[in-house]
Formats: sequence, C-alpha cells, structure tokens
Amino acid sequence: MLLFIVPQTRAGSDAVVPPTPLLLMLAWQPQAQFAGYYVALEHGFYHEAGIELTILSADRGRSALAALRAGEVDLAVAWLAAAIKARADGAPLVNVAQLLPRSSVVLITRVSSGVHRLSDLGGRRVGMWMGDAALPVEALLREQNLEVERVPQSTTINLFLRGGVEAMSGMLYNEYHLLIDAGPEPEEVMVFPLAEHGIDFPEDGLYVLEQTQREKSAVIAAFVAATRRGWEQAFADPEGALDLVLRRQRAEYVPANRTHQRWMLEQIRAAMGEPGENGWDWRLHREDVERVGDLLQRLDMIDAVPSDIERLGAE
Amino acid sequence: MARFSGIGARLALYVTLCVAIILGASLGLYQYQARELLLQRLQENAQSRSLALVQRVERVLITVRRAIETLAGTLESASLSQDDVPGLMRHTLEMNPEIFGIAMGFEPSALGHPDRRHVPYVFRRDGRIELSLEPGAQDYLFEDWYQIPRELGLPEWSEPYYELDDDNVQLIATFSLPVMQPKSDDQRLRGILAADIALDWFTCELAEFKVLQHGFAVLISRNGAVLSHPDTDCIMNENLFSLAAAWSDSALREQARTMIGGGEGFIQNTPLFGVMAHVYFAPIAGSDWTLAIVFPENELFRDINRLTLNAAIVGSLGLGLSLLVVLSIAGSISRPLRVLADSTERIAKSDFDAPLPEVQRGDEVGQLTESFAAMRTALRQHIEWLRTTTAAKERIESELAIARDIQMSILPKLFPPIPNRDEFDLRALIVPAREVGGDFYDFFPLDKDRLCFLIADVSGKGVPAALFMAVTKTLIKSTARDRQDPAEILTQVNAELAADNASNMFVTVFCGVLDARTGALEYVNAGHNPPVLIGTGGQSPRWLKGTPQLLLGIMEGVVYRSASLRLAPGERLLLYTDGVTEAMNGQDEFYSEVRLLDTLESEPQPDLVSLLAMLLERVQSFAGETPQSDDITLLAIEYRGQGQRPIAPSSASVEF
Repeated sequence: MLLFIVPQTRAGSDAVVPPTPLLLMLAWQPQAQFAGYYVALEHGFYHEAGIELTILSADRGRSALAALRAGEVDLAVAWLAAAIKARADGAPLVNVAQLLPRSSVVLITRVSSGVHRLSDLGGRRVGMWMGDAALPVEALLREQNLEVERVPQSTTINLFLRGGVEAMSGMLYNEYHLLIDAGPEPEEVMVFPLAEHGIDFPEDGLYVLEQTQREKSAVIAAFVAATRRGWEQAFADPEGALDLVLRRQRAEYVPANRTHQRWMLEQIRAAMGEPGENGWDWRLHREDVERVGDLLQRLDMIDAVPSDIERLGAE
Repeated sequence: MARFSGIGARLALYVTLCVAIILGASLGLYQYQARELLLQRLQENAQSRSLALVQRVERVLITVRRAIETLAGTLESASLSQDDVPGLMRHTLEMNPEIFGIAMGFEPSALGHPDRRHVPYVFRRDGRIELSLEPGAQDYLFEDWYQIPRELGLPEWSEPYYELDDDNVQLIATFSLPVMQPKSDDQRLRGILAADIALDWFTCELAEFKVLQHGFAVLISRNGAVLSHPDTDCIMNENLFSLAAAWSDSALREQARTMIGGGEGFIQNTPLFGVMAHVYFAPIAGSDWTLAIVFPENELFRDINRLTLNAAIVGSLGLGLSLLVVLSIAGSISRPLRVLADSTERIAKSDFDAPLPEVQRGDEVGQLTESFAAMRTALRQHIEWLRTTTAAKERIESELAIARDIQMSILPKLFPPIPNRDEFDLRALIVPAREVGGDFYDFFPLDKDRLCFLIADVSGKGVPAALFMAVTKTLIKSTARDRQDPAEILTQVNAELAADNASNMFVTVFCGVLDARTGALEYVNAGHNPPVLIGTGGQSPRWLKGTPQLLLGIMEGVVYRSASLRLAPGERLLLYTDGVTEAMNGQDEFYSEVRLLDTLESEPQPDLVSLLAMLLERVQSFAGETPQSDDITLLAIEYRGQGQRPIAPSSASVEF
C-alpha cells in the first residue's frame, strides 16, 4: 500500500512544481575535486530540491566560465581570480558559493635541478597552464619579480617528467600526486605552495550570471543547499563518493584510480576546511575579492578593478 | 583404555612426534628444493619466451618508427609544398597497416604567422583512409605529441591516451619526431610528424599470449601506466605506483621503479599485479615501455604443491598406520603389565587367586609374568609355612606359659615359712623374664628349730632350664629330708645331678641352714653370687664371702664344705641371682654389685617386705625401657633372736 501511495504523492507534487532544469559545468574533467556534486546528484539531493541537474565536464580548450558567459550553462565552477578577470571584462557574474577558500596551486621542481628556493627559478623554464588557470602562477612570478622562461603546459605532467621544463604548475591534490605515481619519490621533488608565498587565491566557487541570480534566486539557493548536503555526504562516506567519481570517470574515459582519487578527496577536504556549527561558510568575502582584485590590478593582470566588483559576492 | 601417562600413550606420542617432525622436515626440504629448481628453470624459460613477445611488440613499434623516420627524411630532403604532405602521409599509411593515422603539425613560424595553424591528418575510418584538415578544439602546439619532441628536439613515444571520436573510443599511442626545414642551410623546425597506433591491437596480441593457465603479460608505459592487463579496468587507470600504494609496502614502489628503469630482470614473490607472482620484465626497444610477464605463484607451484600434498597424504597415512602399530605394540606390553599391577595389588591384599596375564610370547613381558607367577607360588608356600610355624610357635608359647605357671607354682609362697616361729623372718620374690628361666628359691624346715633356705640359678633358659630347675629343687628338698648339713645336701645333690647330666647343664646354689634358737647359720655357696650381710647399728652391708666352690652338675664326686657364722638379732642376709646385678640399662651398663651395696647402705628399710620392694623398684627403674633378659630373684632373711615379739602372719608376696 505504502509503496503504491508514495509515488502517487510524488507524482502529485511534481505536477504542482515541475523540477527546474539546471546545467552545471565543472572546472575540469570528472574527478574527486567535484565529488560533492556527483554525490548530491546520485543521492537525489538536487531532485529533492526541485532541481533537475545536468553536470557537464569542462570542454578541452574552453573554460566553464566561457560557457557560462555564452549562456550555455546556468552554473559554472571557477576560480575567483578568473571570475574577477571575467568581471573586469564586463561579464555579469556573481558568486553564489565559495567552496575552497584557500589555494592548492603549487610549483614543483626536482631536487636534482638545484632549485631550493623560489628565487632559484630565475632563468629557468617554468611550465604554465594556458588561460585563466595560469593566473595564480603568473601573479606569483610577477609578485616575486622572477624572470623565467614561461613554457605553456599541457594538461599532463609528461613535459616535466621528460625534462622539457624545470618547474611545473600543479595542484597539490592532483598533479603533485600524479607525479609521485609516475615514479619520483616525495623526497626527490620540491613543492612550493603558492599560498605560502603570498598568492593565496580562493579557488573553486560557483558562479551564475546576474540575470539567473535575479530570476531563479530560490532555485540557486536550493542548489547551493543541495550541493552542501552532497559534500557533507561525500566526506561522511568517502569510499562511496569515490565509487561515484570513478564510475563517472570510467564513463568519460578519464584514466583514474582509487588511490589517486582518495588522495584528492582528502586534500579537497583539507582545502575546504573544517565546517563551523552551521556547516561551511561558503560566502565569498568582500575582503578576499578586493585583495585578489587589487593584486591582479597592481600586477597589470587586469586593466582595472571593476567598479561593481562587490556584486561578485552574493547577498 | 590407555591412560595418557601410560607407557603406551607416551610411546605413541613420542614416536608419532618424531616421525611427524622427520616427515615434515623432509617434505619441507623437498618442497623448497623443488621450488628453487623450478624458479631457476623459470627464469631461463621466461627470458626466452618473453623475448619472442618483446620482439613482436618491438617489430610493430620499430616498423612504425622507421616508416615515420623515412617520411620525415623525405619531407626534409625535398622542397615539397604543404599541399604535397598529405599525399605522402597517405602513401605511408597505406604501406603500414600497423599505423592508425599520421599527422603533421606545422610550426606557426613555418606558416608565416604566429597565429596560423596547419595540421593535416590522414587516418583510417571504416576501412578507408580519410584526410582531415580541421585543427582540433585544442591548440596542437601544446599537446604532448607536439610539444615534447619540439621542446626536447627528440623523437618521442607519447604516454598512451584515449581518443574520443564520435562513438568511437580508441586507446592511442603516438610516435612523433621533429621535422626540419628542407633547405640544408635552414635548421629551423618545420613541424612535428606523428603516427598514431591503436593499442587495442597490442592488448589483443598480449591477451593471446599464454603464460601457464592464468599467467599474463603486462605492457607498461614509461610513466608506469598499465597498458594491457587481463583485468581491463586496470588498463590506463592503474599504474605500477598506484598498485604499489595499495599494498603500502615501500619495497613494491622500489620494484616498480626497477621495472620501468629500462633494465631486464626477475622479481620473486611480488603481489604488485594483484596476485602473488614471480615477474619477469624486459624493456621494449624503440620505446620506453616495459613488458612484464606475470607467473602466478600458486599456479607455478601447483604441480609441486600437489606432489607435496600427495606425499603429505601418503606420509600422514603412514604416520597413522605407524601410530596404530605403535599403539598395538605398546598395548601388548602395557596390557599384561596393567593386569600384573592389578594382580599385585590383589596379592598384596592376600588374594593369591588373582589371575595373571596369559604368557603369549617369550619376550621380556612374558618372562616377567613367568617370574611373577613363580614368585607368587613361592610367596604362597612361604606364607603357608609361616602360618603353620606361627601356629606351632603359638602352641609352644602357650605351653611355655603354662610351664612357667607350673614352675612358679612349685615355689613356696607361705611367709613366714614356719608359722608361729618369730625368731626370724624370711621373704622372697621372683620376677621371671619373658622367657622361661631357671631361677628358683626354696625354704623348708629341717626340724622344729632349723630352717633350710636356698637360692639357685640354672644355666641356660627355656624348657631345659625349667626342667633342670624342677629336678634340682625336688632333689634338694628330698635330699635334705635326711641330711643335717647343707654341704652334705649339696654333695649328694651334685652326685645325682652330675651322674646323668647328658646335657651338661649346671646350677649355682646358695644353700643355708639357720638354727632359730641360736642364730647359727651353716651355708654352702656352690658357684652362686655372694649374699649380702646387712648388719645392725650402723654396720655397712658386706659381702658374705666364703671359699668359692664348684657349681652343681658339672663334675661327679665333688665334696662341698660348709661355712658357718652366727647371726646377731636384727642381722639380715640378702640372697639374689645375677638377674639383679646384671640387669642392663639403655647404655648397656649393669646394675652391678657396687650399686646393690650402695643402695642397701643408703636406704635402710624397716622390714624385709619393704626391703625387697625397694630393691626391685631400684633395679627396674635402672633398667628403664630395656627389656628384662633374666629372672630377678631376691630372698632375704632376718634373724630376730629368742623372745622377739611374734610377727603377724603374712600373705604371699611372691610377685610375678
């Protein structure tokens, strides 16, 4: 009886409020960095919030922010620096949640290359990502007045492994561990976390266009709440979350193994910080926006801090 | 049921333990040596077998490499326009079925503008060869296949990657190399020429390679990525170091580094590939890849393990059988022994009919049983003999007791000896030893005034002494009837005794005759202890020494002579036998005549009764616990003289 009644009730409520379809584009290919979204989707948290969510991985050569600006997706996962740059370019973006308040970007060198301090990088070949992902490293190089040979870096670590560059950009939760998984021992590499060298930009945040925020503010709030549940669940059952992530990776032919994804999830957890009494504080703080914006401007990485920059942070 | 502490159980335990240890050790040694031998063969074998496989992979890779190098050489040697390049690429692709597609990425500088891109690509689709001039979504300048050989200036086999093309997913590896400008004076880079090969082909090839039944070959990239594996989920996803991390064993990481290090080798007992296995690995020339051949241990050693198991089963059966044999032998030893032990217990409780085990074999147990049976028979006879002997002895003892009663009953017990004569008093007592002895005393009146009294000690003990004493006593009394003088009496008695004394027995006698009217005492001491004369009025007791004369019964014709003295009123004469002076204490000391004299002097007694009682008490307390070995006989006489007040008649004071 009960089984029969429950779907009836569901169908009834669905009929009253049809689920709102939303498109989310991640900052990258599926990996544990985005475990919370997959968990919330698979556990039906979005569905319960009245949202029919579709998760898209980032296209090669095209960032999530670009897709958002083109109006192809409703939500994008992006770094704050990239968002400020887009805002400076006139894109009407707003931040609806700031998930990672700290930076996980690192510069990695081999101990054998003789780089023991950042200043040793002068004149060396440094691998830099293309596009907005290069902003933190670029900011570091400018801030520290390091004259280096910038070598565009692909999405793999192979150029560094083959000796094509002496330093590479990386995320502590990803490239660093991939490197260790390709043979070098942890003692054989030097890691320079940017956060320890004055470039601590907040990273993954959720962005929407102002128009979306205006028209669908309730849905967006529900989306953020469901996402929050997803992350709580992911950290409560990491192996279950990894199952979902790995399944998604297999489906999209992204080479991955559990050991590496587990490392990544642990690092993301550390980067997200301990939740307070009411969960994580996912608000984007004005001082962070101004700090990053001012620095980017000072380093000539944006022309001017946009006058409406405070609108990046959601109310 | 054998008890655990029994010989049988212990024997079985020790024998089984020993055999089990020997069996286990020899099986272990056998297993170890067989494994070592097998591993040695395996190493030699693995090398030659994997060589063939390595060569097959190498052949493909080298063919591809040669083809692309040749094409690059053609592009460098002739002044060909960009538009001629796809035709040459198509030709090369047609000639090399191993190649999936060929691309030529041009350097922007060679194209004349930094923003210009040109990357013609010929590839196979549905059996045909197609040309694509569309650049991909991503800038090829920064893809590994282009960038790495460009930056390094060297040919490069890329890390394999998935190529997602419409519905088609292919695992691709790319060989790429720099192509220079054709003019010999222009050493600038013209572009990068690359050939894709589909790795599915390798996966199939390697899957067909049979290693034992469940062994397999694994192709490993330069970064350690698994490119072929029977578990397809591992392909591209797992990596030697992620596999090693799953075991959290740093040795495995070291093994992984060794394997992709470009050398050739053999690693024993590694779980790196998911099963405990022995792994042979060798580099593939023309690339930086490694081929590993995995020999699962359980399969490798299955035959040996089965043989060992069989040997162990046979051994265990043998062990069981030997256990049964040992138990049976132990049982055949311990069973009769237990019956013997039970029988012994019953025999100890005088059950001589307890059954003995049947003797089945002439072994030690049989001998023991036979000896035991003989012992039982002897024991039974001995006990029978003991019983009859004891009965006889008891009869003799009872007869002896009767004899002693009779012996004592013939001694006079009436004191004073002559009623209504108070001129003297006489008391005597005899305490016989346990055995019948030969002491006696006697007294009787010779006429109305004279009293004959005597004390005697027959040599030896027992019935002969008792009989000899009876004879002597009777002879003395009958002889005395018509004789007046003790010398005469003893001379006559000696004559009688010595005449037919076949047994050579003798007797010591002190015989005295007291005249009650005068106190005159005539006496003869025939070899007896000297009596003690106890005077009155402070006179010390002294020995009544006379001429020593022969004992009675030894020699015929001996004539005894009397001695005489007169007893003053109040004087006493104490007669005793050697049972008094030779009474012994615990320190083997005699009571001795000296002590006797001392006692008499230091403890004067008012009357004869208390005198005898006191003496007996002193002698017995001297002897203490020492058993009395001889009769103790005492006789005392006191002369009171005429006109003394008559003493009260006394009852018998002879003590036994």
